[in-house]
Parts: sequence; structure tokens; C-alpha cells
Amino acid sequence: MIEVQRLTKHYGPITAIRDVSFSVAPGEIVGFLGPNGAGKSTTMRILACFMPASSGTAQVAGHDVFRESLEVRRRIGYLPESVPLYGDLRVAPYLDFVAEVKGVGRAERRRRVAEVMERCLITDVQHRLIGRLSKGYRQRVGLAQAILGDPEVLILDEPTIGLDPKQITEIRSLIKSFAGRHTVILSTHILPEVSMVCGGVVIINKGSIVAQGPIDTLVDQFFPTARVEVEIVGPPAAVHSAMRGIPGVVAVQGVTVTDSAGRYVVEAARGRDVRAEIFALASQQRWSLLELKRVGTTLEEVFIRVVAGEQAGEESSP
Amino acid sequence: MRIWPIFKKEMRLYFTSPVAYVVVAIFALIAGYFFYSIFAFFTLASMQSMMNPAMARELNVTDSVMRPLFSNISVILLLLMPLVTMRQFAEERRSGTIELLLTYPVRDGAVLAAKYLAALALYGLMLMLTLLYPGIVVAFARLEWGPVATGYVGLLLMGSTFIAVGLFASSLTENQIVASITTFGILLILWIIGWSADYVGGAWGKVLQHLSILEHNDNFAKGVLDTKDVLYYANFIALALFLTLRSLEARRWKG
Repeated sequence: MIEVQRLTKHYGPITAIRDVSFSVAPGEIVGFLGPNGAGKSTTMRILACFMPASSGTAQVAGHDVFRESLEVRRRIGYLPESVPLYGDLRVAPYLDFVAEVKGVGRAERRRRVAEVMERCLITDVQHRLIGRLSKGYRQRVGLAQAILGDPEVLILDEPTIGLDPKQITEIRSLIKSFAGRHTVILSTHILPEVSMVCGGVVIINKGSIVAQGPIDTLVDQFFPTARVEVEIVGPPAAVHSAMRGIPGVVAVQGVTVTDSAGRYVVEAARGRDVRAEIFALASQQRWSLLELKRVGTTLEEVFIRVVAGEQAGEESSP
Repeated sequence: MRIWPIFKKEMRLYFTSPVAYVVVAIFALIAGYFFYSIFAFFTLASMQSMMNPAMARELNVTDSVMRPLFSNISVILLLLMPLVTMRQFAEERRSGTIELLLTYPVRDGAVLAAKYLAALALYGLMLMLTLLYPGIVVAFARLEWGPVATGYVGLLLMGSTFIAVGLFASSLTENQIVASITTFGILLILWIIGWSADYVGGAWGKVLQHLSILEHNDNFAKGVLDTKDVLYYANFIALALFLTLRSLEARRWKG
């Protein structure tokens, strides 16, 4: 549904993105991840046909964003990062305007606007001035204008930025409900969000794509081991070497180790569960096992391994 | 071309913010004052002329009231029209709404046309209010409708030109004040450029005179409808709108 190939964009001497390629399948929700200034907004603006790439091609819903811009724009819903809305208009008339601009016929318009307001939970503020709405409501009005006209593709730039935790949860479940019905590409730098909402991720850093794929695959790719955290009372050296001796264990790291006890992270080949063996080892050696738990690898760790290793992300967004 | 929905949106924005009301009210106030003072002076002159038949022959209500009124209104427009158009693109750029507007399935040309027509509609409303004055005149004197009609055609063309220039200036910046001052500057220069025509002389003098907005408007108020003048404004509008469209498309240039 979205096909991006070797996209490059220069702003004067600055290269915002370089050779970006990725694709998104129909009905999929893909998270576009990266530190501030990595080129997320630039890529999305190109996909939304707001500006052209310096080189490379991008196809959205089967049309080229540069040559068939109107065709693409008929098929997308876009929410820019700043959620730009007309503060002087009221919610319902504004959405009616958007629907009309998107070519929704007069007969259908009232129903479609009402339906979208219902879906985005803004029916109760429909008569209020957009400029007077809280950030959370504005965000939802922004989403409402994006999904009006039932576009095949939704391009959402930081849809949850600046919201309180409750609002974030609401927006997330709203976006989740788009799955299947729309193809969604959403950018964010909040990682748990991606694991919660998206099926796949594209990680971009300093204008280049550093990793992409389904989250599980990425985790496997960057963390080929399964990890278990162990807290155990026993002589550190002996504990360490005994655990290292368990078949399949790749590494044992002491987290906090004292003379008599310690906390370790045991890494084993993925698919191997060494917890039973650690328990058996402890009982056999009469070491007291205080804690034993599997540590899941989060996208956050993948992200940090991929991105933060290279830079701290202090640049501001373009 | 989906001009209509954007036109409606522009009109809504004019009238939900105080801009339109303030501009129309100030315009009506000043135009009304001008009319009052011109008409009052004419009344005085006609009373004096009762003693002096030679003077009476010179008196003509169309020439002495409507013509100066038109020229005064054009001065008000010079000052007020930049405020009508300053918001159009500058505010959309400042607030970022232009990013949404230009990614909806509408051509840049339709956006421009809608904004142009919206400003024109507001201007039309302003002109309509001034119809009251010939209405008052005709209640007391015999008015020649021909020159009044051409006078209005002239004002309409001139205002349309001001709007086109204003839209162009507004498309260049995200600051409304910069947009309005730029518009005012361009218009004022074109207004007074003819003044130097006399001492420049020769071909250049002719060119300067031809460029002058004032020069072309004079004929309309006299009741002369000259193709040359109509073309001047039409060309001017076309050029300004063309440049505005280019300026909107500039973001689409590959960089």
C-alpha cells in the first residue's frame, strides 16, 4: 500500500533523509520510529504530497506521490505533527468543510461527519470553537479530519504528543481500531506506544533507516538470546561458573554481586528456557534462590541498541 | 475544481473573526464622512450659485459629488485592502493549516481562486454599502447614471487588483503585518509612480504613467470606459495571481 524507494530530501546543504526505502502492506499499522530530527516528519510530508523528495520515489495506494499527487491525496488522511486546525471555526462546520473538500457528496456529508465525530468521541464538543478545545480534543478533531472520507491510507505524525496518559490511551485505542480498515503509518518517539499499537516498525536515525520489520523479528534480530534474571545466595565465583556451565547458556552477567549473594542476568540461546535448570542447580548446591524470572526484550532495548548507540538524539526536528 | 467549499470556509473565517466587521465598519464610517463633507460642500456651493447664475452653469452633481467621492474611496481602499488580504495565506502558513489544506485533494489553483473570490465577495459587500450615497444624491438632484456606473466598474477593477497584489504578498510570508505592509508598499508605489512621469518625460514618462494605478482609475470616474484601462487592471490581476500560484508551488520544487 505504501512503497518507498531510495527517498532522499535535502534542505539546502542539510540532508534530512537519505536513501529511505520501506513498504507497508494493506491494513497494516506501522510505527515510524526515531529520535527527534531523524527525518520522520520529512518522510511523512513527502508521503502526504506536501513537498517532493529530492530524489527517489514513493507510491501510496498505487500512485506516485509526485506525478499523481491528486490521486494520492484522494486516498490519504493526513495529520501533521502540529495538528494545524482553524481555531476560529467550530468543530462540526470545520469537519463539514473537510468532508466537502475531500469530495464527500452533500447527501452523505452530514451522516459521515456525525459518524466520524462518534468514532473520535468528539460529538459532545461539535458546537465549540476549535481554538477553545483542550489539546486532547484538538488531537481527536485532527484524527477525525484525517479519517473523513474513509481514506485507504492514514499518515499520522506524532498523534499522541502532548497528551495526558488517559488521552494517550484513548487515542491509541482509536488508532488500533483503524487496523484492517485503513493502512496506517504513524510516527512517534514513544516506544511502548509502538509495541502496543503497531504490527511492524521502521526505525530511522539521522535520515537513514537502521532497522525495519515486525517487532518480534526485530527483537530476535537484535537480541538473539533469551534472558533470565536470577537472584541467588551463594559464593559468587561458584554460582557464576555453575550457571555458565548449563548447556545453551551464552553469557552470565553479574548485576549486583556481594560476597555471599548476587543478582545475575543469564543469557541463553533463544528458545531455550534455562529456568528449570537454574532451579535444579540451586537446590542441588543448596543455594537459596531468591528470585528467578524471565526478562522480556522490549522494543525500547532494540531501539536503544540500534539508535542510541550512535547518538543521543539532541538534534531538533526539521 | 473544489472552489466552493474553500470559499465558504474563507467567508466563515472572515466573519467569525472580527477582521471583516472591523474593516467593513471602518470603511463605511470613513466613506460616509467623505460623502457627507463633499455633499455638504456641494449644497453650500449650490446655494451660493443661486446668487450667481454663471457659477450655476458649472455645477454638476455627478462631477462635483460622485467623482471626488470615488477618488476618496479609492484612497480608503489603498489603506484598507491590505488588511482584507493579509491573513489569507500568511495565517495559514503561520498556523500550519496550509499543510493540511494543500494535502487535501484540491489543486493549488482552486485554493487560490477560492481565497481570491472570498476577498472579492467581502469587497463587493463594502462597495454595496456605498450605493447608499448615489441613492441619497438622487433623492435631491438629477444624477447621470452612466459615470456612476463606470465609476463603480473602476472601483471594482481597482479593488480586484489590490486583492490580487495582497494575496501575492500574503503568500510570501507567514507574518500578517509583513504581508499587509508589503501590499501597501507595492500599491502605494504604483499609485504615485505616475507623479514623476511629467519630469521624466519621453517614452519612460509614458511607461510610468501607464503603470500608475491612479491614472487608470481617473477615466472611469469621468465616465470613460476605455479598453486600455480595463486591460491594465486585468493584466495586473493575472500577473499577481500567476505569481501567487508560483509562490504556492515553490514548495513543490525539487530541492
